[in-house]
Amino acid sequence: MNVHADTQALAGTRPPVPAPYGMLAELTHRCPLQCPYCSNPVELDRRNVELDTESWLRVFSEAARLGVLQVHLSGGEPTSRRDLEEMIRHCVEVGLYTNLITAGVGVTPERLQAISDAGVDHVQLSFQGADSPVTERVSGYKGAFERKLSFAAEVRRLGLPLTINAVVHRANIHQIPDFIQLAQDLGARRVEIAHAQYYGWALRNRAALMPTREQVFKALDVVEEARARLKGKLTIDAVVPDYYAKYPKPCMNGWGRQSLNVTPSGKVLPCHAAETIPNLDFWNVREHSLSEIWQDSPAFNAFRGTDWMPELCKGCERKEIDWGGCRCQAMAIAGDAAATDPACHKSPLHRHLLELAEIDAAAGVEDYDYRRFLNPDRAS
Amino acid sequence: MVLAATGVPKFARGVRLRHDEARGQWVLLAPERVLHPDPVAVEILKRVDGERDIAAIVDDLASAFAVDRARIETDVDAFLGGLSEKGLVEVAS
Repeated sequence: MNVHADTQALAGTRPPVPAPYGMLAELTHRCPLQCPYCSNPVELDRRNVELDTESWLRVFSEAARLGVLQVHLSGGEPTSRRDLEEMIRHCVEVGLYTNLITAGVGVTPERLQAISDAGVDHVQLSFQGADSPVTERVSGYKGAFERKLSFAAEVRRLGLPLTINAVVHRANIHQIPDFIQLAQDLGARRVEIAHAQYYGWALRNRAALMPTREQVFKALDVVEEARARLKGKLTIDAVVPDYYAKYPKPCMNGWGRQSLNVTPSGKVLPCHAAETIPNLDFWNVREHSLSEIWQDSPAFNAFRGTDWMPELCKGCERKEIDWGGCRCQAMAIAGDAAATDPACHKSPLHRHLLELAEIDAAAGVEDYDYRRFLNPDRAS
Repeated sequence: MVLAATGVPKFARGVRLRHDEARGQWVLLAPERVLHPDPVAVEILKRVDGERDIAAIVDDLASAFAVDRARIETDVDAFLGGLSEKGLVEVAS
């Protein structure tokens, strides 16, 4: 009987959405570091609203059933959750590949051993600088660099694969060769050179973070040279600096196309900055299954595919390469989440974006508005 | 031959072969990567268990698929040799 399918066709119901491959699980927003470009929202979730262990385990089971293959256990600092090992064991049981994204401070060798024994597959360690002074200044944490070095040594002693992640901006963009050398010295097989992306905290701090055009283009050359030189030894992945770009980044490889993000309080987002877009209806795992949210939630369907696109994007031969760029950036710069990403050279705001970057890069602002919990009086 | 016939391949830590039920295909999971091996590669990878050596894997494939042993040997060597260079497979001698 095909009655059901026919009814759906008549009603114009869309076909099932292909399953996501990856899920970013922001287990907590608590973190010992205060990086001024943190990808968490400006309004951080406090501990009392975090999902409990049981809820997270259910979310991981639902993710595996939905088709998610890799889970990125992140935060905040995921090791702030004492139930992290239990979550990892559960992920292994349901077949999920686990990637721990950590700042690597305050994790004892014993704790790391327990995390390894639980079956974690891969560790990604952040470095805010390639030396102690820069790391301390950017992270706001004294002794962070030395702690990270010890942590990395322990990761390798346990035989776990290691990725070094460096977010680059004006204060450390000159250290890219040092980050790459550091990754090699620490026995990492992969390094991410991620240019800061300007949403949330980073947008607040843009005048203190934005590099000059010359610095950005030199940085791109340095990465290309190192990639060729270290081929087969070290994988270098880059997140591009789009304020100076010609084409926008294919943000998330398309909205609601390959991955999803669960916040500490259980909201499910198409990307970690999506809450900067007002009036989007994000569903919560406390009320809906992950599958329902992926398929049917208004926020995931708002910018899925190409139907939402403005004419400029719809008629573009790159519409399924760039996927319209980044919705959060369109919101931040154009004031309209459905506009063409101003990073695209075809956007009427492209010149404006470049000017913003040049003004900020030349502003000489040094002080950071460090990431922190705002409005402490709201805690309860 | 890149690999010794007596070498015993195993997946490096952080590399896992699994069947992806949602999409009905085999996947090789690695740090920040999902690889989609072709059917021949899948048959080779299924026999990487940290116990069988290269010669045993080639023998098993030759008898399972009734294909010329020398040809299989070349395929296995090229494929696992490549994964070994990328650090995804470790070959103990």
